[in-house]
Amino acid sequence: MALHVKQVTKKFGDFTAVDDLSLSIEEGGMHGFLGANGAGKTTTFRMILGLLDPTHGTVRWKGKPITYASSPDIGYLPEERGLYPKMKVEEQLIYLAQLRKMTKVDAKRETAAWLERFEVPHYSQKKVEELSKGNQQKIQLIASLLHKPSLLILDEPFSGLDPVNVEMLKKAILDFQKQGATIVFSSHRMDHVEELCDEMSILDRGKVVAGGSIREVKRSFGKLKVRLNMDADLSRLSEIEGVDHFTKTKEGALFQITEENAAQVLLKKAMELGTLRHFAVEEPSLEEIFIAKVGKTHA
Amino acid sequence: MHSFWIIFKQAFMTKARTKSFIITTLIVVASFFLLANIPNIISLFDNEESEENVLHVLDETSELVPELQNQLDLMDSGIEAVPTFLTEEELQQSIEEGTIDDYLVLTQNSQLGARYVSESANEMGSGMEIENAVQAIHTSLTAESLGLDDNQVGQLFMPVEFERQAISESSKSQEELSQARGLVYVLIMLIYVAVIYYPNMIAMEVATEKSSRVMEILISSVSPVKHMFAKIAGIGSLGILQMMIFGLAGYFAIKTAGTDLTEGFFSVMGFSEVKISTFLFAILFFLLGYFLYAVLAALLGSLVSRTEDVQQLMLPMMILIIIGSLIAFSGISIPEAGYVTVASFIPFFAPLVMFLRVGMLDLPLWEPLLSIAIMLVTIGILGWFGARVYRGGVLMYGSSQSLKDIRKAIRLGNNK
Repeated sequence: MALHVKQVTKKFGDFTAVDDLSLSIEEGGMHGFLGANGAGKTTTFRMILGLLDPTHGTVRWKGKPITYASSPDIGYLPEERGLYPKMKVEEQLIYLAQLRKMTKVDAKRETAAWLERFEVPHYSQKKVEELSKGNQQKIQLIASLLHKPSLLILDEPFSGLDPVNVEMLKKAILDFQKQGATIVFSSHRMDHVEELCDEMSILDRGKVVAGGSIREVKRSFGKLKVRLNMDADLSRLSEIEGVDHFTKTKEGALFQITEENAAQVLLKKAMELGTLRHFAVEEPSLEEIFIAKVGKTHA
Repeated sequence: MHSFWIIFKQAFMTKARTKSFIITTLIVVASFFLLANIPNIISLFDNEESEENVLHVLDETSELVPELQNQLDLMDSGIEAVPTFLTEEELQQSIEEGTIDDYLVLTQNSQLGARYVSESANEMGSGMEIENAVQAIHTSLTAESLGLDDNQVGQLFMPVEFERQAISESSKSQEELSQARGLVYVLIMLIYVAVIYYPNMIAMEVATEKSSRVMEILISSVSPVKHMFAKIAGIGSLGILQMMIFGLAGYFAIKTAGTDLTEGFFSVMGFSEVKISTFLFAILFFLLGYFLYAVLAALLGSLVSRTEDVQQLMLPMMILIIIGSLIAFSGISIPEAGYVTVASFIPFFAPLVMFLRVGMLDLPLWEPLLSIAIMLVTIGILGWFGARVYRGGVLMYGSSQSLKDIRKAIRLGNNK
């Protein structure tokens, strides 16, 4: 495991921001954090970065605690965007990369390449405050990965971007992962996590309420959906063992099942009732899982 | 160390390149040249004026005008006395019309009498000179009528030898005091401006970095303590550079102005005795004062979330500096006062007040050294304390911005 967060707790006075959080990410992996506002994502990131010390527990990167000595190895995109508003884009990127021990020559060359890639080379001599929010976001992302970190932490990298730019940044992040970087990012957009991540955690009030590979999370949620489209009266089928919930739809019915073989039983029984137009076993979306896990406790 | 220099360079360069910095520097340099040339400029106006500065004299005896002119010339007044043959009414009308400024009526009955008429009572300056001149004529006329010769008159008016002497060895003689006064005054002024200007710059920088949230990136790259001290060092160097430019500008301004430091304007201000040690102490106290207040400013700047709130938090610090400067400026005339001595050992006042004492008095060396040691210890404590507040403060975002937040910041910094 490259990044190992072990039973980390962070308390501010009486308030527990992060509660007994454990996390392991393999080298080259991409891990997504889902959570409502105030769930403890940013605090967790700050502990991983060493900006805050955990009240209990440890954080290890390649077996060692993260200190300022590891700073060249780490890239960070904070949730609240932070750049010098009055400094020119190129100058700023070089300065921030130099702080991460990159040489000026390298930083200059890489800056040009990244600006080119994000289709904004003409902004290199502009002040950041003159750029649109979306373009500032591109600069912010460049600032986090210009020095080629092996651990990249992105706090809400896609918020406030239009779909075209989201795609551009997603591709850049995926390419960066392919070059071997380990990436942790947070989002409240389930589709982004689903698309990009191998592994994920859902955070609620400082606790991981669901975690693991996306497949595992969906499996362990334990609720598949069976969609039947046919004209017969399907309400009798809700009696079948393993069926949790039954909803009538325009085209037929939707069953929520807790056991996988209940789907087969449903199919067999349905075929006895008449002509079946459509049968599908659907996995729950992350959105549903998120709402079920987080929404319930908030209610 | 590498990142220290990067931050140092950035703090120095970005500030040095700002328009406001360049313009301020140029304005101050220009005003130095202007100030140094004041005697020249004044004399320039004097020359022009003297051509118009004609005093019309209505002289009943018609003998005294040459004598009056003679006295006025002796006084270097530049007034030209011209006998007039107009009547008083005509002269008064001329004043009202503005064609002449003033006139003098000389009468001689049993003794010499004079009446000076001008548009307003404001023209006391030339009135005084004329009065003195008339007085002198009167004296010599009286002496003449009493039968005294010139020698006797001279003896009568010999100025008394009045000398002030101080018993205390530490105090400089009155003459020395006024010689040092001008330089010390100017240098205290510079230190005062510097300890307000540069620490303010730091507080603004820190607050800007916090409010633009770039701080979070910075302190995830380098430690907050390193960041703070690199910033203080960078802006401090900028301050030294600016002060050096001012110093050189001042020196060359006086040189090129062609006025001697012991003449006219400067002799009043007291620049005649320029000691190297005064300059060295000025630089030393500037640096100490700067570091003391810069650490304090960085600490305060780290507490606010918005740049608008900086001034509010800086107020207590400003008051400290202003109290120090009031003590120092009042101490220029009485450098040996008890409260000045006490204040010179209080670290927040010492940069200004101890410098005043060092500059104005012959202190035993241990006094400034003790004061410097006290300041160094204070800077050390503040630096240690400031670093702790700073570490937590830079991560703290909230609406409240008061000194109470220091405790919150330390707790956050400690938790770290």
